Amino acid sequence: MTADASLGVTQSRVIASEWVKFRSLRSTWWSVGAALLVSVGLGILFSELRGNDIANGHGFEADQTALSLRGFFLAQLAIGVLGVLFITREYGTGMIRATLSAEPRRYRVWVGKIVTVAGVIFVISLAASFAAFLGGQAVLSQFHVEARILTPKGVIDFQQLGVSLGHAGSLRAVFGAALYMVGVALLGLGCGFAIRNTGGAIAALFGLLLVLPLLAQALPTSLQNDITKYLPMIAGTAGMATIRGSNELGAWAGLGVFGLYVVAALGVGLWVLRRRDA
Amino acid sequence: MVAVIEAAGLTKRYGDKVAVDDLSFIVQPGLVTGFLGPNGAGKSTTMRMLLGLDRPSSGRATINGRAYADLHAPLCEVGALLEARAVHTGRTARNHLLALAATHGIGRRRVDEVLDLVGLSHVAGKRAGGFSLGMGQRLGIASALLGDPHTLLLDEPVNGLDPEGILWIRTLLKSLAAEGRTVFVSSHLMSEMALTATHLIVVGQGRLIADASVADVTNASGGSVVRVRTEEASRLRDLLIADGVSVTSAERDLLSVRGLSSAEIGKVAAQASIALVELTPQQASLEEAFMELTRDAVEFGTAMDGIAR
Repeated sequence: MTADASLGVTQSRVIASEWVKFRSLRSTWWSVGAALLVSVGLGILFSELRGNDIANGHGFEADQTALSLRGFFLAQLAIGVLGVLFITREYGTGMIRATLSAEPRRYRVWVGKIVTVAGVIFVISLAASFAAFLGGQAVLSQFHVEARILTPKGVIDFQQLGVSLGHAGSLRAVFGAALYMVGVALLGLGCGFAIRNTGGAIAALFGLLLVLPLLAQALPTSLQNDITKYLPMIAGTAGMATIRGSNELGAWAGLGVFGLYVVAALGVGLWVLRRRDA
Repeated sequence: MVAVIEAAGLTKRYGDKVAVDDLSFIVQPGLVTGFLGPNGAGKSTTMRMLLGLDRPSSGRATINGRAYADLHAPLCEVGALLEARAVHTGRTARNHLLALAATHGIGRRRVDEVLDLVGLSHVAGKRAGGFSLGMGQRLGIASALLGDPHTLLLDEPVNGLDPEGILWIRTLLKSLAAEGRTVFVSSHLMSEMALTATHLIVVGQGRLIADASVADVTNASGGSVVRVRTEEASRLRDLLIADGVSVTSAERDLLSVRGLSSAEIGKVAAQASIALVELTPQQASLEEAFMELTRDAVEFGTAMDGIAR
């Protein structure tokens, strides 16, 4: 019972605690492993299949970068669920009461989880994104084609399908994929903080990401064109493309809009965390 | 005297239902204070409000004069064991404690120390989801002791434990109090409190019923009853009846006298030359005292079973 003045709660210690929690669960590494496998594996697989197709004269792929990053559309499920579970399992098991007894200033727990999730997912996704891009482009480079593509930035000649990181927009798209994954994880975390219940939060997350674009298809065309590009997944994944479609936002604008959804979800989450009984 | 834990007009409403109703008490340092009441009396809600987990509808709860949320190192001032297990089932016991320790900068050595203290060292690397109720309770105690706090707040620590576990908790509570710590422990079992507590705060339906020493609670329940058996029961009853004395009779030759000592009854009988067959003082047990105190406060009839057990 000796009072040690060096002992006490700080924001950085709460982050350290959240990191211990994050890494000490098996489910974390299953999700991360699945996301890695799917993003890199599918990126290479799609590159091989499409490359073969194109080499045989079936169409052309103008955005080879986006092709090799396709796997992230599936990987986002694993990463989103990881973000949700990081908080809802605490409510489900009662762990949240231990967490908030150790740190009653609740916003610090919120910050701690955001920093941990964002940091870890960024590093892992960036590694996966580079691997998917480099692997995918290496596969595409096996296929030699003669093509001339007219892009908004001018004419590009292709001798081979694969592109390098120096290709216009490719490096940005590789970072964009990692940023999109961070956003999906934080959107999941925000839904989890706001809803607390695992099933409800996962339903909300997938509803926002996957169902909204499907619903938007039922809108009149004029509205559709105005609205669809602002939906979370459509806006966010614009950051993974090197060529901008006619009804799409630019890469940074898209990631910015997606970021607003993330901030809104986390904001509601903080409000619920601070207001409701644990 | 310094109040370690103080509740002032603490109230918690859920819609129309009042779980805790204007509850005020002080827990004094250096002894075991029992927080006693039937199931559903608002004990757990009060505990959660003390820890800042639930927001009071009105009133204040303070630890060492400050709101829990204002404590710089809460784990080093108050250790808490909550009724529901507050442990992620997928994490090992050691990692659970390491995560809590990290918030305060408490080292790995202290984690191993408390694991040893509660006898969980051999399963420290096992996931908490596979723990028995008793092991889970021990892990909860380990979490509470992590910051070596002066004050411990334990919600129903013996609930669901086997006899060995109950004995362990009892011994632990006594040794913690002997070290000069303040222990605030809730229970719906009077007999359990009789063994460990020196002071009692009794609640029923969210309201304070008694705040007194264990001895006072026993006496307050109407004191002791004396069983008197005699052939001249009705004549003796007429002689005994006075202000503050009540006499009931279950059998023709048997009286239960409340409000007089056996010596006084013996003297009255001797003066009237009444021969007594039996004269037995019956000390009200703590269990009876508790039931007496909470009789009106029990929310549902069935809750009585829980108390009498």
